[in-house]
Amino acid sequence: MRSNLRLRCVSAACLTLFFVLLHVAPNVRAQGGEPQYFAIRGAKVVPVSGPPVEGATVVISRGLITGIGKDIAIPPEAWVVDGKGLTVYPGLIDAFTDVGIPAAPTPEGGAAGGGGARRFAEGQARGPEDRPASTPWRSGADEVSLTDKRIETWRNGGFTTVVSAPKGGIFPGQAAVLDLAGERPGDLVVKSPVAIPLGFQTSGGFGGGFPSSIMGVLAYIHQVWLDTSWSVEAQTIYEKNPRSMARPRYDRTEAALAEALEDHALVLIPANNSIQLRRAFELADRWQVTGALYGGQMAYEVAPEIAAKKLPVIVNLKWPEAEKDTDPEDKPSLRTLQFRDRAPSSPAALSKAGVKFAFYSGGLATPKDALKAAKKSIDAGLAPDAALRALTLSAAEIFRVADRLGSIETGKIANLVVTDGDLFEEKTKIKMVFVDGHRFEIHEPEKPKDPPKGDISGKWKLSFTSPEGPEESVADLTMDKDGTLSGTTSGKRGTSSIISGYLSADKFSFTINIVVEGGPADVTFSGTFDGTSLKGNISVLSYSFEFTGVKPNASSSASVNLGGAQ
Amino acid sequence: VRTLSKFAARRARALLQNALCALCLTAFAIPLHAAPPDAPSAIVIQNATILTVSHGNIEHGSILIKDGKIAEVGQSVKAPKDAQVIDAAGQFVMPGIIDCHSHIAIEAVNEGSISVSSIVNMEEVLNPEDIDIYRDVAGGVTSANVLHGSANAIGGQTLVIKLRWGQPASKLPFEGALPGIKFALGENPKRSNFSFPGQPRRYPTTRMGVEETIRAAFSEARDYEKAWLDYNKRSAAGEKNLIPPRRDLRLEPLVEVMEGKRYVHAHCYREDEILMLLRVAKEFGFKVRTFQHILEGYKVADELAADGVGASTFSDWWAYKVEAYDAIPYNAAVMTRRGVIVSINSDDAEEATHLNQEAAKTMKYGGMTHDEALKMVTLNPAIQLGIDKRVGTIDVGKDADIVIYNHDPLSAYAVVQKTMIDGRIYFDRQQDIAARPEREKEKKALTDKLKKAGEKKEERKPGEKKPEEKKPEEKKPEEKKPEEKKPEDKPKPPQAIADDAADALPGGAL
Repeated sequence: MRSNLRLRCVSAACLTLFFVLLHVAPNVRAQGGEPQYFAIRGAKVVPVSGPPVEGATVVISRGLITGIGKDIAIPPEAWVVDGKGLTVYPGLIDAFTDVGIPAAPTPEGGAAGGGGARRFAEGQARGPEDRPASTPWRSGADEVSLTDKRIETWRNGGFTTVVSAPKGGIFPGQAAVLDLAGERPGDLVVKSPVAIPLGFQTSGGFGGGFPSSIMGVLAYIHQVWLDTSWSVEAQTIYEKNPRSMARPRYDRTEAALAEALEDHALVLIPANNSIQLRRAFELADRWQVTGALYGGQMAYEVAPEIAAKKLPVIVNLKWPEAEKDTDPEDKPSLRTLQFRDRAPSSPAALSKAGVKFAFYSGGLATPKDALKAAKKSIDAGLAPDAALRALTLSAAEIFRVADRLGSIETGKIANLVVTDGDLFEEKTKIKMVFVDGHRFEIHEPEKPKDPPKGDISGKWKLSFTSPEGPEESVADLTMDKDGTLSGTTSGKRGTSSIISGYLSADKFSFTINIVVEGGPADVTFSGTFDGTSLKGNISVLSYSFEFTGVKPNASSSASVNLGGAQ
Repeated sequence: VRTLSKFAARRARALLQNALCALCLTAFAIPLHAAPPDAPSAIVIQNATILTVSHGNIEHGSILIKDGKIAEVGQSVKAPKDAQVIDAAGQFVMPGIIDCHSHIAIEAVNEGSISVSSIVNMEEVLNPEDIDIYRDVAGGVTSANVLHGSANAIGGQTLVIKLRWGQPASKLPFEGALPGIKFALGENPKRSNFSFPGQPRRYPTTRMGVEETIRAAFSEARDYEKAWLDYNKRSAAGEKNLIPPRRDLRLEPLVEVMEGKRYVHAHCYREDEILMLLRVAKEFGFKVRTFQHILEGYKVADELAADGVGASTFSDWWAYKVEAYDAIPYNAAVMTRRGVIVSINSDDAEEATHLNQEAAKTMKYGGMTHDEALKMVTLNPAIQLGIDKRVGTIDVGKDADIVIYNHDPLSAYAVVQKTMIDGRIYFDRQQDIAARPEREKEKKALTDKLKKAGEKKEERKPGEKKPEEKKPEEKKPEEKKPEEKKPEDKPKPPQAIADDAADALPGGAL
């Protein structure tokens, strides 16, 4: 434990330095050295607000789109990008996430509802008056941190904009629209607040304090909305004639919510299956708030009812599927199977019913996964342009920023994605992303140069000696035919997905991203695969140490796999 | 030591159950819901032995159902030509069973964190996809009193539902039935404060404390009511700049109780706590509508009868905890003979599938007549829930909530053939059996398809074009049938473990 703590301190210090060097530096260059005028000439432009234009030019000046068309003048100071063979889309929007907002620090003591994961454990709430699991004053905009590695990951994946909010609890905080580039945290904020997300989260049962049940959560939220409007009314009456009147009590939850509602923040209601969706209609009516639903994966059953209620839906792109490593004897019900089968058809159903909807990445690990998931909904009947609209203009409309974002139109913020083909085609590469007029060239993760020699797939036991001492972890690798690797690693630091990796001839490399105290960091495993074992180096931050890997079930399977792959 | 370890085991199970419940919320571990069957505008059930419950039995009788209501009952009826005919020769027809104590069709049972949880409302967490709805319909139940658990001296708001399987949650509530609230006396509200390490114990821990908790809550509610009356009076008198009282969702249902707009259903066992609540109710000017479980009701039957309080009890189920030791199977009969309206309830989804047999036991223990026994699960619970104008007997004008059995329902051989609610057939044994292979086929096809898709995903090269995928299949909703229903299964033996677990659940259903 003690050595663990020491490493954390060391890494935190290293990390700070690391980010100063690596992150601020390029941004400074982007601000100072890079041009502020661009022209992408002769590209296919998909403005979303109108039909695509072939051979068009888009002009960007000082962060804004200042021209779009076939024969428009290119300012002499502009850097010209040859758009031949390229397609220009509006920057994609992840309509509900916490990208850009690292997890809150653990609250130090205090009352219940301190926020973060331990919100219930600090002294249990005895009722609504203790405001359990509520931190509606937390502002996504104020908690932006440039150290969040996902800002870059998401941007490189074509997402220039996110609707981001603090996580955890019943009233976790307020969401803001963020552009994913900037020198200072404030540079990212486009609009705040735009939404008040709700989480129907219980204290986890008996002994955990109020509310311990779903009906307790709902009752609590009812009471909070009533209290909020009461406090506004009471305060107004009191201010008129404070003398000889007992003053209404101040409550931080009420004050924050009242202010956010005054700013027309949308109330985001969780609702994924039909029961929850139908319940959400009633909740939105009862609360008399401008609501939107998030989840929406069983909308294929109730889309017309959602349309009748005129509620927008933010659809979770993490489609339901069988969880890995579940008990094979545990047979899912027919209803569950149907849900897994039909969930990706929900966007098509919403589109058909005329519901305004956007997409959010849910628990997906990478922006590429999000695009793949969106493609699934196209395969399940959604028109490709409707899918694109959900990822751009519709999201902007739902969060009331369509006057500045979401399409390629003169005067809007210059958030663009430049690709070498159709966005939803798997082989398409993102060449360049513009955020607020700043250009970011994208270098796709390294691809294997040579065909893989052998099959590296399977579970590997990795042994190494970190500064903390000897450690072991398990890598569960899956290799495509061309050598591309995916999978997970798990060990005492938790389980992480592999961001990118390959086996080229007998050289392998794969990278995960783990959170070291204070921020995320890439960890790259690279070395040689001899058919039965792995040998190489782990590099993280400024550290590098050797590791070896063997299959837990040793020789036999490796040789069989080897044969099979050839 | 034995007691301790048993207690630990129970607690572990209880925790596990809680965890499982939490899972249910998110994991959609729910079977499919069937599309509600369409009801023909007129149905005739003929050649049946009709057990009207209100006016005797009719041999070879007929019932005409029009637009969901019973239009005619008798030896013969004038049926329109297009009426659907159900020939029930040799079969028995009785009013749909009403379960006066149920915890089906809800996503959670207890808000156990506080001693007064009147702020929560079971209606908000109705789960129309709970398979237990269908199982209970298959056992002849057509209406149920859906109650909050008994973890709290004053529990959550409750409601009466009809078991309209396949309909959305908004269609389940029994229209016009007065809402209720759950109270609980005795061990559950006082022992629900399992002490977890480092956490304070919840008040109360004695029966005295339970009484005080109820009394304190009603005192608050009385003040709250008064604050509003004052405010309304002053504001009607033209006074300006008044700050209205803050609405309190915890106290509002208690005000409704005092105003007679909400029924109190009080979980109890012992005579002393029963008399205690009657005293508290008098003090605050409200009526207890039913005492639930009330295993010692036979000791205070006269007091119950004098106060016009209903009793809803078990047939012969006791000794699962100390306060449930002093019970006798004659309880229902003794209370009935003393003038109490008595019903037999389930408190359990499985028990609810054979309430007819539970009612029959009152004939053996206490000598109830055939009709009196039937009333225990039909008319009497209807009276207790204030829905007897609509259901509970087979009479002209009442809702066509009807069950058809192959034998006398009070026989151990009786199996439900059809269950009808509002004139719609929600369970048909033959159709159910016939539809099973089709459902199995669909399940297998989907399993294979999803498995294949999963494998493809792993095999496919990144650059490779995705193979053509089928368009989402259009499934006719009427083909959907609940997947798990096995009415022909042997009746389960009393579930020692399950019952035990329910009992151990802090403030569990019992």
